[in-house]
Amino acid sequence: MLLIEIKPNTCDFCGCCVGVCPEDAIELQEAQISIIEERCTNCAKCVWVCPFEVLLFNKPQKTKAEA
Amino acid sequence: MKQEYDVIVVGAGPAGSTCARYAAAQGASVVVLEKDRDVGMPVRCGEAVSNRSLEKIVDIDPRWIAATIRRFRLVSPSGQIVEPDLGGHGFVLERRLFDYDLARLAVEAGAEVHTKSYVDGLLPSENGWQGVALQWKGERREIRGRIIVGADGVESRVGKWAGVDTTTHMRDMETCAQMTLSNVDLEDDACEFYFGNDTAPMGYLWVFPKGNGMANVGVGISGMASKQRAAIRYLKDFIARRFPGAGVLTTVAGGVPCAVTVDTLVKDNIVLVGDAAHQVNPMSGGGITSGMFGGKMAGEAIARALARDDLTLLQEYPRQWEKDIGAKHRTYHRMKSAVYKFPDETLDDIARKVLALSPEKRTIWGVFRTALRHQPALVWEMVKVFGLGR
Repeated sequence: MLLIEIKPNTCDFCGCCVGVCPEDAIELQEAQISIIEERCTNCAKCVWVCPFEVLLFNKPQKTKAEA
Repeated sequence: MKQEYDVIVVGAGPAGSTCARYAAAQGASVVVLEKDRDVGMPVRCGEAVSNRSLEKIVDIDPRWIAATIRRFRLVSPSGQIVEPDLGGHGFVLERRLFDYDLARLAVEAGAEVHTKSYVDGLLPSENGWQGVALQWKGERREIRGRIIVGADGVESRVGKWAGVDTTTHMRDMETCAQMTLSNVDLEDDACEFYFGNDTAPMGYLWVFPKGNGMANVGVGISGMASKQRAAIRYLKDFIARRFPGAGVLTTVAGGVPCAVTVDTLVKDNIVLVGDAAHQVNPMSGGGITSGMFGGKMAGEAIARALARDDLTLLQEYPRQWEKDIGAKHRTYHRMKSAVYKFPDETLDDIARKVLALSPEKRTIWGVFRTALRHQPALVWEMVKVFGLGR
């Protein structure tokens, strides 16, 4: 399940996240960015390096059964 | 756009355009594919270069120069100011003009440049790669090329697709936020660098004058520090303190791979140059001229390989890079790794010790020698690699 989310309106498309992504899981065009869900391992390196805090890591919500 | 070229260059930054220029100058058919709509925009850079490096690689057009730098001002966490002797001068460039002209020089040498050309894959062949897949003005295309150059910047996906490990480690990725300010009061010949955990952890903050009351102000911090707090927050804090009356003309993000050069610059018919090859000086984070040197070496090797129809000649490029620049960058990287985690007290102590030196010893190297005095092996390596006076 993809836990990483991008706020596209505040993204500057600089490529910092793509540079640290070990899975080549980010597609970055001039003014478009998206995560390739099948490749992403939710390692969150992209979230940590983003200079503008555009990427978010959404912690998985535990269901009542799991808790 | 044709169906087939000798050389496909992905990315029209300084390294890509320079590579294209030198390959095309010897008669190769060269296309440069740039994903953005314009070359040189947006500017994701501090824009500072040393005159000596720039002179060696290109004939300087005065239009590129926003300011000539004669002084460096290094500011320690407690506010002590060290002004080391530069032993030369530097420039703050107008990258939007500079990059554009480098692309023009490539075109004058015979290359084609296409913008809005987003390369999203390599076309495999029996022993390497036979071209690239791209989106061109919204249309899907495939073009063939005998040699493919990854000049695709910090993203460096061409290398990854070819199986080269171009991923930048978190600690080596300097994540940057930069603003162009107007209405600032600055001396036009001094670059300022601020250090310290509260200002720029594991990196530095720069204030570079651009003339006419304008400045390029930015911060780069290591990915390890960015985990706690993003670069843009450090920059906003600093500007609110230092330039409360400034107007903000641009705000951009960026990433700089401050690492050693990738270990495979040439694989089969794939060639990597510039940021994509981690050719940035890992100590300063400067990558304009080093990327252009990489581009020139690669372009010349490509021209020779094509002229003699022998792709093994591409290997001259990594050999020359290693000899001229690569070995130095490894030393710079060791120096960076030693100094960039210094706590504020250590940085202040270094500033105090440098200020106590006699003026003629207060050089950039004097600063490093003082900073690394507890690591004599590294100081000796600096002396050896850079041929410094003992």
